[in-house]
Amino acid sequence: MSARTLYEKVWDRHVVVPETAETPGVMYVDLHLVHEVTSPQAFSEIEARGLKVRRPDRTFATLDHSTPTLPAGADGQRPYFTAAAKNQVETLEANCERHGVELAGWDSDQRGVVHVMGPELGLTQPGMTVVCGDSHTATHGAFGALAFGIGTSEVGHVLATQCLLQRRAKSMRVTVGGALRPGVSGKDVALAVIAAIGFGGGTGYVIEYAGEAVRSLDMEGRMTLCNMSIEAGARAGMIAPDQTTIDWLRGRRHVPADFDTAAADWLTLASDPGATFDKEVVLDGAAIRPMATWGTTPDAGAPVGAPAPHPRKASDQKALDYMGFTAGEATTGHKVDVVFIGSCTNGRLPDLRAAADILRGRKVQPGVRMLVVPGSEAVRRDAEAEGLDRVFTEAGAEWRIPGCSMCIAMNGDFVAPGQLAVSTSNRNFEGRQGKGARTILASPATAAASAVAGVLTDPRAYLEAIHA
Amino acid sequence: MPEAFKVLTSKTLTLSQANIDTDQIIPARFLTTTSREGLGAHAFHDWRYEADGSAKPEAVLNRIDPTEQRILLAGPNFACGSSREHAPWALLDYGFRAVISTEIADIFTSNALKNGFLPIVVDQATWDDLAAHPEQPVTIDLEAGEIRRGNVAPVPFKVEAFARQCLLDGVDTLGWLQSKLPYIQTYERFREPETI
Ligand code: SF4
Repeated sequence: MSARTLYEKVWDRHVVVPETAETPGVMYVDLHLVHEVTSPQAFSEIEARGLKVRRPDRTFATLDHSTPTLPAGADGQRPYFTAAAKNQVETLEANCERHGVELAGWDSDQRGVVHVMGPELGLTQPGMTVVCGDSHTATHGAFGALAFGIGTSEVGHVLATQCLLQRRAKSMRVTVGGALRPGVSGKDVALAVIAAIGFGGGTGYVIEYAGEAVRSLDMEGRMTLCNMSIEAGARAGMIAPDQTTIDWLRGRRHVPADFDTAAADWLTLASDPGATFDKEVVLDGAAIRPMATWGTTPDAGAPVGAPAPHPRKASDQKALDYMGFTAGEATTGHKVDVVFIGSCTNGRLPDLRAAADILRGRKVQPGVRMLVVPGSEAVRRDAEAEGLDRVFTEAGAEWRIPGCSMCIAMNGDFVAPGQLAVSTSNRNFEGRQGKGARTILASPATAAASAVAGVLTDPRAYLEAIHA
Repeated sequence: MPEAFKVLTSKTLTLSQANIDTDQIIPARFLTTTSREGLGAHAFHDWRYEADGSAKPEAVLNRIDPTEQRILLAGPNFACGSSREHAPWALLDYGFRAVISTEIADIFTSNALKNGFLPIVVDQATWDDLAAHPEQPVTIDLEAGEIRRGNVAPVPFKVEAFARQCLLDGVDTLGWLQSKLPYIQTYERFREPETI
């Protein structure tokens, strides 16, 4: 057989009916993750047709987007933002109950943001196809799975048939060579990659990330990188499984009983030498600095402290105007109102540790509201066991219960109109974090450093103090 | 099941800015619905309404008759961002049936086609030509696979073959997928990977 890419190998394993010029292929789905926002209409659709969930054993649900991050009150009532949010949560609870789908609900110690929960339970495994009605499903590609977001109609397709109609995508390899510098994280790599490819530059592609800098990332850093593939327009991002992947998965709840046999198979998934990609992009990892965005698209990234660029197109000027930044001036001079640490991009334990390392013994600048939201109950437990929650609260930050929170601002956690936020989430679109909110995307370390300084700040200033 | 789409003739509405993301088309705070209906009221909400809920009189979307301008002419990288199918639901409910752009996001394209909303990618010259003639009706002919305007030579466009057939014939994709059940069973019997 000719040399194949990682993507082709995973694709080939899941073809139920091959594609033709007239019809797309039928692709089997190994893992279907479900949350409350994009599933209600899909359950209604299959029920209207008298259908059942075909494979409840391959379907896992969680509550994350519309859920409050403050605990239930003394009366046991959860502080839902709206009646609609509560109804949406209860609709998923009822749908899962009726169809026998396992739900990591309010009473579960497994509940978490869908893309944090799946991997940590070992549900996500190399070589799988993973889908979810959520564009950041690409996160799971960090394990060498083919993982992508689907719409609600397709959620219905998968619920009813465990399959999807798919055409093969084009392939792009993004190689980040060299060694990353201290203080540079997976998030900084992601923002640098997106800036290089452009916001729509990945449209139609599945990206494979390769190179020494990518290999050097831990699994959480790899998940951060794959998570943001959609911000370059790519549906999926993948990284070939290696020893780091296997070590991370070993012992997790849902991994195969014969783990070593599975692991040996996973290592065969790497792209063959000589496999060709439709497009190649190469970056120097050693040249990447802590990154932050200056505009309203995720590709508007630049090293922290760099001057905002002179507009090359009308949309650049519009973005600068919205953000209140001036071309040619650094964006580090503006007072920050809100700092958010969390989301499926940066709500994992190493992310919280990176932020806590900076906050330990320091205070959040008066006037800055800092919200730390762990990505899952497991992350919350582990962080509390290490005392990270106390580091945050002693510094003056709020420590919340898991959920998407301010990443999408559906649950009542939002940035007020006109406020400037430094956020570890993935989208800086106008109004994404609340109507009129202005968002700077950055790493957990940069966000924490900015909370201490009260302005956007390169975390290395504080890190040097730590390591001195 | 979506309405069939064969030929549509309408004036266009130009929204020329690049990267009109799904949070602009339908802000996330309106996603707590459990139905597909009624989302048109929130389409481009923050472009149309002030923080206090009053309509912005200067907003172009508040000044048009949606039954007359059913084709959006949008800047590049239209509908980038989230996978929310609420985006095409909102556009359809508002009154649009198609979008023409030089670049349209993948997931939106797939969602739109399943709902009878036609995403059409054209080159820059065609886009510029359409934008220069906002008053002239444009015909989108899916059967012929071309866009026509006045006496200008028709411009061909491509839609994925199966999606096109589904739109023309009103085929139900889930029903079609279910017809492959014997293959799915065979796959599960012989090739399905270990259960999780
Ligand atoms: S954390 Fe943000 S990006 Fe991730 S699933 Fe939740 S809303 Fe989507």
